[in-house]
Amino acid sequence: MAITEDAPPGADLRPPGQPPGRAGRRLSSPLVLTLTLLLAVLAQSPIRGFLGAPAMQTWMTVFVAVTVQALPFLVLGVLLSAAIAVFVPASFFARALPRRPALAVPVAGVAGAVLPGCECASVPVAGALVRRGVPPAAALAFLLSAPAINPIVLTATAVAFPGHPEMVLGRFLASLLVACAMGWLWQRLGRTDWLRPPAHGAHEGATKGEAFWDSVRHDVMHAGGFLVLGATAAATLKALVPAGWLGTAAGIPVVSVLALAVLAVVLSICSEADAFVAASLTQFSPTAKLVFLVVGPMIDLKLFAMQAGTFGRGFALRFAPATLALAVTGAVLTGAVLL
Amino acid sequence: MNRQAQAAVLFLLGAVLLHAGATDLALRYVKAGLRPMLLVSGAVLIATALATAWYERRRGRQGGPKGHTHPEPRIAWLLLLPLLALILIAPPALGSYSALRSGTALQKPYGYGSLPVGDPVPLSVVDYASRAAYGHGRSLHGRPVRVTGFLALDHSGAPYLVRMALNCCAADAQPVKIALTGKLPPVLRPDAWLEVTGRYTPRLARDPVNDGPVPYLEVTSVRPVPVPSDPYDETWNN
Repeated sequence: MAITEDAPPGADLRPPGQPPGRAGRRLSSPLVLTLTLLLAVLAQSPIRGFLGAPAMQTWMTVFVAVTVQALPFLVLGVLLSAAIAVFVPASFFARALPRRPALAVPVAGVAGAVLPGCECASVPVAGALVRRGVPPAAALAFLLSAPAINPIVLTATAVAFPGHPEMVLGRFLASLLVACAMGWLWQRLGRTDWLRPPAHGAHEGATKGEAFWDSVRHDVMHAGGFLVLGATAAATLKALVPAGWLGTAAGIPVVSVLALAVLAVVLSICSEADAFVAASLTQFSPTAKLVFLVVGPMIDLKLFAMQAGTFGRGFALRFAPATLALAVTGAVLTGAVLL
Repeated sequence: MNRQAQAAVLFLLGAVLLHAGATDLALRYVKAGLRPMLLVSGAVLIATALATAWYERRRGRQGGPKGHTHPEPRIAWLLLLPLLALILIAPPALGSYSALRSGTALQKPYGYGSLPVGDPVPLSVVDYASRAAYGHGRSLHGRPVRVTGFLALDHSGAPYLVRMALNCCAADAQPVKIALTGKLPPVLRPDAWLEVTGRYTPRLARDPVNDGPVPYLEVTSVRPVPVPSDPYDETWNN
């Protein structure tokens, strides 16, 4: 007996005794929220029974784990992006970045090294940079490089591959290369109307404090919702797709590279942990592992959902396949030279 | 979702993160090192909820126009899913279902530390498995060992003692398996946590999923134990 977990928002659930919502015909959201929570508490034993099967339980554990693991980094990124949006004047970025976009791209790419965290933190920060007038090409280079080349991630990579410093170097170079290539590609081909105009041009609020907290609230709710969407997809694939196909793919060079690229997209692992998973894929060649390390922080299911939320679906649908193709190419080239 | 409802969701989310970070609940999903981050982010979320409620109240009192010029994000309703999952269900750590779907993650160690004191010697699943699979059990000096893990039964009913090794969160957890032989209780229940005492035996099997080594342990006695506070093995974790 499958009892659905939430009442769909906006459904007409109003019991006859309740006063109508403030907006007249529409149900007010605090009421929907209260009813949803109450219904979930009342129906908890059938829900538990429904989720008792091992596959459902695994799904739920992975779903909760991806969300819980990503939320602290998302909060960190949202705080930074609110601080950029409210306290850093737009003129700062105009002075800090080279005037010519072609030069601003690599500068922004290298600047990604200072954001300590994983990809969940970089999406809101890149969004704030675009709103602050940074050229999109530079902000996108930052978005792609930050999760892969910061010191925490590189240290984790060195720990996961002891005795193989070329893996750390390869990851750094390939990620920076691909990030800059995507920035230049956007500069040549990108059109600003693909980027959704920011819903929040300037955060409303009389004081800087109000604007700051308004930005934090909006970004957590918005990016958090997309994070949950991505976690749902990642958990579904992790619980359903058997691991056996990896073993058969490992033997064929081209297939192994593509298999690990797909795995990186599907698993949506935090960039601080992916090196350990790559190290455990012992059947695969070093180049295939490097592809896994370069693709994962740049594009995965969770990131795609968050990019679609921040920059618009039209942007994400064009940006994600291009990133995937360039990341695989860049990693294979770097691997051919270095590994 | 209007701002009052958003403040409520932010508050609940922050409270759940604080609760998970302060208790062992978080260890079912993420590595222990992430707990301080969980506590800090929980506190930030609660602060955001309070600030939102406060500014909303002040705006209402000033009687200004309700500045809801742009629609609030509908996607935010999805945040209720992890919230309800954590409050109502609190799913258990990964168990035998995922352990049998992935191959053993055992890797060749760089050396073997000296054995811990005790008789039998207390060892982790990973420690016993690497000493048995790669060192031919020589570093065990024939002493009896005691290992704790959960039970998994493959489709033929063969028992394994498993611990999931974790690097960051449960999405990257991978099993390390020991095959059990010898004196086993007649009824075996998958996912039961067991403390197994036994001896090294040179028998070695191959994991059907990834062909990784699965060493055997000759069991002499088995004792059921409660789930440990950290169900994962974090020895490879930096």
